Amino acid sequence: MKLNLNKKQISECRSIAKKIGLQVQKALSQNTSVASERTFLRLLGVDQAKHISENNQFYPYANIIIDDLVKNDTISDGVLFWMANACLHFKKDPKEVSEYLVKENISLTEIKLEKRSLIEKKSKDLAKAALEKICKTRSQRDVFIKKYKDTFPKSSTHPLKYVIVASGNIFEDIVQARSAAQAGAEVIAVIRSTAQSLLDFVPHGATTEGFGGTYATQENFKIMRRALDEEGEKIGRYIRLTNYSSGLCMSEIAAIAAIERLDFLLCDSLYGILFRDINMQRTLIDQHLSRMICAVSEIYINTGEDNYLTTADAIENGHQVLASQFINERFALSANMKPQFMGLGHAMEMNPWHKDVILLEIARAQMTRDIFPEAPLKYMPPTKHMQGDVFFSHTYDAIFNFVSSLTKQGIHLVGMPTEAIHTPFLGDRYMALKSCNYIFGGSESLYNEIQYKKGGKIEKWSQKVLTDSLKLLKSIEKKGLFKSIEEKCFAEVSRSLTSGKGYNGVIQKSSDYINPLYDYLKEGKYVRK
Amino acid sequence: MSENEIYPYGAPEHPSVSKIDLTKLKPYGDALNDGRTQVSFTLPINPSPEAEEVARKLMEKMGFIDTKVVCMEKPSEGFSYFVCYGATEYTIDFTKIHVVKVEAEFKTFSEINDLIKSKIKRKLVILGATTGFDAHTVGIDAIFNMKGYNGDYGLERYPWIEAINLGAQVLNEDLLDKARELKADAILVSQIVTEKDCHIKNLKSLMQLAEEKGVLQNFIFICGGPRLNHPIALECGLDAGFGPGTLPSHVASYVVDEFMRRKKVRE
Repeated sequence: MKLNLNKKQISECRSIAKKIGLQVQKALSQNTSVASERTFLRLLGVDQAKHISENNQFYPYANIIIDDLVKNDTISDGVLFWMANACLHFKKDPKEVSEYLVKENISLTEIKLEKRSLIEKKSKDLAKAALEKICKTRSQRDVFIKKYKDTFPKSSTHPLKYVIVASGNIFEDIVQARSAAQAGAEVIAVIRSTAQSLLDFVPHGATTEGFGGTYATQENFKIMRRALDEEGEKIGRYIRLTNYSSGLCMSEIAAIAAIERLDFLLCDSLYGILFRDINMQRTLIDQHLSRMICAVSEIYINTGEDNYLTTADAIENGHQVLASQFINERFALSANMKPQFMGLGHAMEMNPWHKDVILLEIARAQMTRDIFPEAPLKYMPPTKHMQGDVFFSHTYDAIFNFVSSLTKQGIHLVGMPTEAIHTPFLGDRYMALKSCNYIFGGSESLYNEIQYKKGGKIEKWSQKVLTDSLKLLKSIEKKGLFKSIEEKCFAEVSRSLTSGKGYNGVIQKSSDYINPLYDYLKEGKYVRK
Repeated sequence: MSENEIYPYGAPEHPSVSKIDLTKLKPYGDALNDGRTQVSFTLPINPSPEAEEVARKLMEKMGFIDTKVVCMEKPSEGFSYFVCYGATEYTIDFTKIHVVKVEAEFKTFSEINDLIKSKIKRKLVILGATTGFDAHTVGIDAIFNMKGYNGDYGLERYPWIEAINLGAQVLNEDLLDKARELKADAILVSQIVTEKDCHIKNLKSLMQLAEEKGVLQNFIFICGGPRLNHPIALECGLDAGFGPGTLPSHVASYVVDEFMRRKKVRE
């Protein structure tokens, strides 16, 4: 620890976050959601979609099957129960069964019920096969990591350089992603089309049009993964791929990502609630499943606390970020994730004209480093105070690069000089990465040389943020997380327990609910020690 | 000296100092009227002497003379990155420029509240939303949230404004219904995403819908966003548009002024 922070307060924050997490888990332990159930189908291999001629869109089989169970009021038994029964009956695998169901337009509930003990046994077999498949994908990644002697995150020499592509066309994205990788990018995030978070299904196939980004589809994941593997082979590095496990389909995206070997997922426990007005029960149920899948797949999660700093004042709300990080850490731990996979998020968003602002930013970044020593912290660049003066923006980002290196952040979202103007030009990415390459290289060992003045401005300020966070966490524990969010404890946004999108997709499990897939995930059976 | 000729700010009177001719304005690089400009772009070919010549020729086609390619680098296979300089021969007559601007006198937080309190005598109701597919609330939040932006309080903080922020991805239809229900005086629409001009289409369809519903005159329609401005707003049929750097008090000033203009309330 570089800053002399109150260790007792830190452990108190953790134990309070644990209590907050337990309250939530207790409240939601008997619930599932339509998205979670679709996720189980996807894990079982049901990845097809039906072409709907009216709107020329593809509607996933996973949705068709779950919609049908909802309609028949049998979803509370869990899809695994019904699917295992159908697999037994037809002697087919889930993908074949789904093909048959959709083609013949029959319901899972119409199929004659086999003996419950047989269904239980079959569902266990299906669950095992599904999780073994994910583990196989995980070991494919191991091969690359070993081959390229990749040291992230434990022995990283610099924050991992993360850039965004967002052309809307997956084939155009590939050109830009390869270019960025050659210029030094180590992680590629394909930004999603802006409407996707509120779609209650995952679009299908390779897509060439989007708004402000490219749709997250299984096929798009596959196409980009292949391109990055090829480019990685040429430049001798493993290039990581990121997408977004957020919105109404957050857990389905996690399942697809696990199957297609994505490496990072934006996966926040509260983001959808606060910033997309998705119902809080729905979000908390789905994020738990998403993270359990990430734990098995060893996908790093990135949390979204940076958003608190753009909607509210970044100097005054540092404690909200820290409090939320403790909560995100807790939810990740209870999904069997290890700290080394938690890319807890924050950002450099304070008003750049505030006196000593660079000291305050260093204080917050170093404080976060000290409090979460094993987490590859995800550090986001300035956006709020960027306006169009690309030359100032480039300088501003250079300081961001420096603070990131100085405080040993884990994942560095490379700031673009043209932030707030357009999705980056190819040349913008190049000049931004060049700045990172210079600053990270030139200050590689600085972290080990620097000490902060005891009782100085930096130390005092970070201690204040910690003290305020503890206070906030205490009040959240007292009221409970649900009530606290209603009373605007984060980002000045209020949401209630039953409001928001996707609430009608929250389902109470019946006493007959069978789901060994969920049980194995919960037990952490396939999580690597 | 004609009124269209002025000395550069701070220049001493000396025979070597030339005057600025406002009817023939051009960029100032390191001397008056040198017209020098910097340009940066990328070409989808590898760097080579030929690529450099292409860059130079492009600069000439763009109207620059005395061009220099000062940087040619290879960002990645198949691309070249350029920084170029050139002098433009074009000039613009500043005295003939006409810009459509938002008609408002910018006032402070307390001036605005006092004005509403004393002249309008009831709270102004302002409704805000990011509409369509656009999920970005950063703009509307900067204007609405208590804290505001850059030290300028947000509309929610104004005791004499009832500010209601509906958040993101609000449908035009719902926005108008809500405005009617809440008896809004003004509607603020934020648009950040501009892909394929969806922000323009979205604003136009809002105004079309307002016309169909016969509520065009009921509200003051305002839009804002990084790629919006007043002329675009007028083109889309709104009453005012605000671009980047707008503060909550700018918007509030306009709403108060426009409201009083419409209701013929005298200051």
